[in-house]
Amino acid sequence: MNSHDLFIAFWTILRREIRRFTRIWAQTLLPPAITMTLYFIIFGNLIGSRIGEMGGFDYMEYIVPGLIMMSVITNSYSNVVSSFYSTKFQRSIEELLVSPVPNWIILSGFVLGGVARGLGVGLIVTLLSLFFTDLQVQHLFVTVAIVFLTAVLFALGGFINAVFANSFDDISIIPTFVLTPLTYLGGVFYSIQLLPEFWQGVSQLNPILYMVNTFRYGILGVSDINVGFAFMMILLFIGGLFSYALYLLKHGKGIRS
Amino acid sequence: MTLALTVENLHKVYGNGFEALKEISFEVKQGDFFALLGPNGAGKSTTLGIVSSLVNKTSGKVSIFGVDIDKDLIGAKLNLGVVPQEFNFNMFENVKDILVTQAGYYGIERKRASERADYYMKKLGLWEKRHGAARMLSGGMKRRLMIARALMHDPKLLILDEPTAGVDIELRRSMWEFLRELNAAGTTIILTTHYLEEAESLCRNIAIIDRGKIIKNTSMNALLQQLTTETFILDIEDALTQAPHLEGYGVRLIAENVLEVDVEKEQGLNGLFELLQDNNILVRSMRNKSNRLEELFVSLVDKTLNQDNA
Repeated sequence: MNSHDLFIAFWTILRREIRRFTRIWAQTLLPPAITMTLYFIIFGNLIGSRIGEMGGFDYMEYIVPGLIMMSVITNSYSNVVSSFYSTKFQRSIEELLVSPVPNWIILSGFVLGGVARGLGVGLIVTLLSLFFTDLQVQHLFVTVAIVFLTAVLFALGGFINAVFANSFDDISIIPTFVLTPLTYLGGVFYSIQLLPEFWQGVSQLNPILYMVNTFRYGILGVSDINVGFAFMMILLFIGGLFSYALYLLKHGKGIRS
Repeated sequence: MTLALTVENLHKVYGNGFEALKEISFEVKQGDFFALLGPNGAGKSTTLGIVSSLVNKTSGKVSIFGVDIDKDLIGAKLNLGVVPQEFNFNMFENVKDILVTQAGYYGIERKRASERADYYMKKLGLWEKRHGAARMLSGGMKRRLMIARALMHDPKLLILDEPTAGVDIELRRSMWEFLRELNAAGTTIILTTHYLEEAESLCRNIAIIDRGKIIKNTSMNALLQQLTTETFILDIEDALTQAPHLEGYGVRLIAENVLEVDVEKEQGLNGLFELLQDNNILVRSMRNKSNRLEELFVSLVDKTLNQDNA
């Protein structure tokens, strides 16, 4: 296949993925919009007005970047894990496996499908947040780069989860028991400076803290962590997970007998 | 002579230790209509799964139009179309989208893919359902959708794993006609089926696989030549109370108006009819008790089983 054919194959997968989550928008795009609006109202307006400032900003302003990032992480992950597992479950993955599409194109198509949903939901949440606060982006490149890379990273995570999943229960275990706690403890609602020193150290082991804080740095210009270090770690994780996902595809883990 | 498929010493042991294929080898010539037959669990689907890269082989070599799947899997797959036994499309997508998407995986642009999809949907009687979800199709239509999908990139080698399973006889015959046309146009076809009259009617060459081994690999004509005895069912005019004695023929009375007669290959039918005439037995109609290939198939598989048990 030449590069033109490869591009068509890639676009076919990506287009199918986007069509899938937009066709079921009431399950994929609407719920995060409602959930995040409730967060803005309850945590930002009702409770936030009593908390006052956090990190030198109004509490609503402080939590908005974290909530946007939370929706990007959750949606990019869950899109790929549910879509790829469904193709395994229905065996429609065989359509791709018998075709001459290289594994890296298959992986890129699914991952960018997850990124598209993550960023789409992120954009919806950002627009909703404008009803509650003014967002002034301080570092545009950092903001765009970190949200994109985070979506890629979690879409890759979702793909690997789907490869190993043997039932629909298996695709909800990681989001429920790993992703959600790490996100809530990743500085979405508070600055880790408020924690005792020991828990600050523990928090720094949480990769989501780096993404949330780098995104917050992009928008508000403040961060609890070193932004350069965060980018380096994310890129390393993306490289590692991409290689591992390709290895799994090549050996047919969970998809070939 | 160009070979569409070469399978050499193919061996497969599944993770649970089950040895599905035991060093099998066979070839399929370009333009052939080839039957790969065997009882359930014989290794047909494993073989075709390895060829279409849905199953990892343990050892051996597979080449599609001379391209080794271990050296250039993508190049090998470009020439291959697969219709698997189980429905494996996204049931929630509509019929046309399934076809156009499949073409996209082969680098075919959307406009051309759409035209090809329209052609095959019309050809295979799916046109009326083109905007409907695949899950709403009948079993026969789902089978035809799988065939249309496998043809979207115009493959030179088409693998059909029980393509007419569960399809009514009228539709099956129209599918046979379509497959004959496809083969006449140059597509090499490999067919597995449990309908042996289908294989006999369509295929020129045949391999029979049983418990992971190829037990017969020859032309259909040569195989049918091996049939030494055929059994015929005769519907007769007058009722009988016992089977007549016809010298040299095994005769059984199945019902008062139905005779079953074994005819050796060298005996022919003229002698039988002379004897029937002598006994004042008027024959109204006559048919084979079972398909010729079916008789051979059963005897070959039974023979292997007896040899293995011995």
